[in-house]
Amino acid sequence: MLAADEWQIVALSLKVSAVAVGLTLPLAFALAWVLARSRMPGKVLLDALVHLPLVVPPVVTGWLLLLAFGANGPIGGWLERALGVTVMFRWTGAALAAAVMALPLMVRAIRLSLEAVDPRLEAAARTLGAGPWRAFATITLPLALPGVLAGAVLGFARSLGEFGATITFVSNIPGETQTLPLAIYAALQVPGGESVVTRLAAISVLLSLVALVASEVLARRAGRGAHVL
Amino acid sequence: MSFDIAVTLRRARRTIAARITSEAPVVALFGPSGAGKTTVLDMVAGLVRPDAGRIAVGGEVLFDSAGSVNLAPERRACGYVFQDLRLFPHRSVGQNLRYGEALAPVERRFMGLDEAAGFLGIGHLLDRRPRSLSGGEAQRVAIGRALLAGPRFLLLDEPVSSLDRARREEILGVIARIRDELGLPILYVTHDERELARLGAEVVQIGD
Repeated sequence: MLAADEWQIVALSLKVSAVAVGLTLPLAFALAWVLARSRMPGKVLLDALVHLPLVVPPVVTGWLLLLAFGANGPIGGWLERALGVTVMFRWTGAALAAAVMALPLMVRAIRLSLEAVDPRLEAAARTLGAGPWRAFATITLPLALPGVLAGAVLGFARSLGEFGATITFVSNIPGETQTLPLAIYAALQVPGGESVVTRLAAISVLLSLVALVASEVLARRAGRGAHVL
Repeated sequence: MSFDIAVTLRRARRTIAARITSEAPVVALFGPSGAGKTTVLDMVAGLVRPDAGRIAVGGEVLFDSAGSVNLAPERRACGYVFQDLRLFPHRSVGQNLRYGEALAPVERRFMGLDEAAGFLGIGHLLDRRPRSLSGGEAQRVAIGRALLAGPRFLLLDEPVSSLDRARREEILGVIARIRDELGLPILYVTHDERELARLGAEVVQIGD
């Protein structure tokens, strides 16, 4: 079906997306919590900032990542010196670009699921002897979990499709940063590359469809007290 | 003194004030809807902070604006049966009942799950989900969950107002037994005078 180098592209895409979602999930949850529950001033601005990657041209996001995470950038230089981590032209950079682009979708899904949890249930848990953290862990989190997972799956699907920010930030390097969309783009530039494009495009559609269905099924359960697992 | 409460809370358009000093086993907050009866219960439970005042139940000070005392809800050991019940939808009836029991210090527990289930007639419901319960069943489960948490007093917010007459009699009977057999002080919210008579409650007027 797929050639060895095509499987390698699929594997790289899955790795990049999994790392992107794994890194973003705690941050997305924290942001969703603040947006759903806190009454801090400047929430509107935070909300707008989180959603920025959704509306800014991806090439601009990629360029901003380049400025921040390049070898001479404020974050990139620090990562290099302190942790010995380079993201430029590496698959880790592709994961970072995918993470930034997936963040708004994940925050949205998780925020909706948190808003669907009735704070009065947490109050009830408190009167029954649970401290704030226990109430969170036994009431809020289980009730929001389907939505959190839906957000993660949605973020994963979005990461699989990430193109503009990735190619701007870490270029299109086979075996390192060439995920599915970038490989499809590269194959389109080559005469006679249609069969490769067809196979990779089919895989992309299939993966996205599975992720969307899974996300929708999970989201429908959110806030209704249904069991996820 | 079972209840010794004097609190005020300013809200946008009104001030909620309550003064309750009573030795009676059942004290009823009586008044029109919107007078703030539920808010008074929330203040006693520690869910709403009064602007000023003092709350003591059974001699223990739970809140005192002058002495900077403000126990967290989980430290007040109140058995709060909410008007909207608030059973946990993702847990079975049995898990709901055990939630507070598992958190209560052993010396505060005065009944076990089997005893509570027998007392309230809910033993056959333990594996059910809260959403599948009838109104009367859910009401009894909510009372059982509060009792199993080993409370030192009960807050009951219109526990029978949503029930038909037969169920109402049944739950009022349960509350009378809690009063007589368990001896827990009860703060009771209602706007039905028949319930007051039935429970022999001392009445405290809230609002005009």
